[in-house]
Amino acid sequence: MKLNRKTKLDSEIPTASMPDIIFMLLIFFMVTTVLREYSGLPISLPKAKRIEKLKSKRHTSHIWVSKEGLVSIEDKLYSSDGVRHVMYEKRISNPQLVVSLKADEKSKMGLISNIHTELRKADALKLNYSSKTAVD
Amino acid sequence: MAKRRFKGGEIPTSSMADIAFLLLIFFLVTTTIDMDKGLGMVLPAEGEEIEINKKNILNCLINSSGKVLLGGEPVDISNLSKAVRQKIAANDKLIISVKAHSASRYEDYVKVIDQLKEANATRISIAESD
Repeated sequence: MKLNRKTKLDSEIPTASMPDIIFMLLIFFMVTTVLREYSGLPISLPKAKRIEKLKSKRHTSHIWVSKEGLVSIEDKLYSSDGVRHVMYEKRISNPQLVVSLKADEKSKMGLISNIHTELRKADALKLNYSSKTAVD
Repeated sequence: MAKRRFKGGEIPTSSMADIAFLLLIFFLVTTTIDMDKGLGMVLPAEGEEIEINKKNILNCLINSSGKVLLGGEPVDISNLSKAVRQKIAANDKLIISVKAHSASRYEDYVKVIDQLKEANATRISIAESD
């Protein structure tokens, strides 16, 4: 017996709205793409094995230390005594602050030690020594 | 004068999806989600000094040429984690006090901290360098 199908199923995926969907995705990626926030200082980071990832960018603040001894926070140069005030303000506005110390591998420990003291005074205690992954 | 016939004034939209796809792929490729990574450390709060039994302190000194002295004996940086692990096994209350000379390099300091983390040392104290 031959069965006659009464209605023909329209089996095509509607493509008319595809450009709109893709444009939405495109706009999402365009908005979320951050080309670069701060340029920082030219440094080469030290290498380490036991590396932890920093959870969120929102709670991270960078301190750049170059091998010449320059200290930069958000593209402004500071003396090592000025770090305290900036970090104190940041710590007040964000209690979950993690400081990422981007210091050159050839910078001197005297300066790093000063920054440690400044951070302790500013009560910004969570510190992260930014480093590259070491290859064995 | 004969009126010119108007031939379809529509913009072709069939290739729009392809153009949008190309742009999308470009942004997907150029987007870099670079995670910040490094060695974590929690500094002690200001004025938080506790007296510790001298037996439980292991001094780790770094000099200006990057040589390490662990508890009075010179140790090669690459062997530091082994030495520290042994000392922790003997005394689990051990606090390692890292003191770097002010002229020593940050690179050596990071190496030492990394080695201490490798040895699963959780009690690390940073002494101020002079």
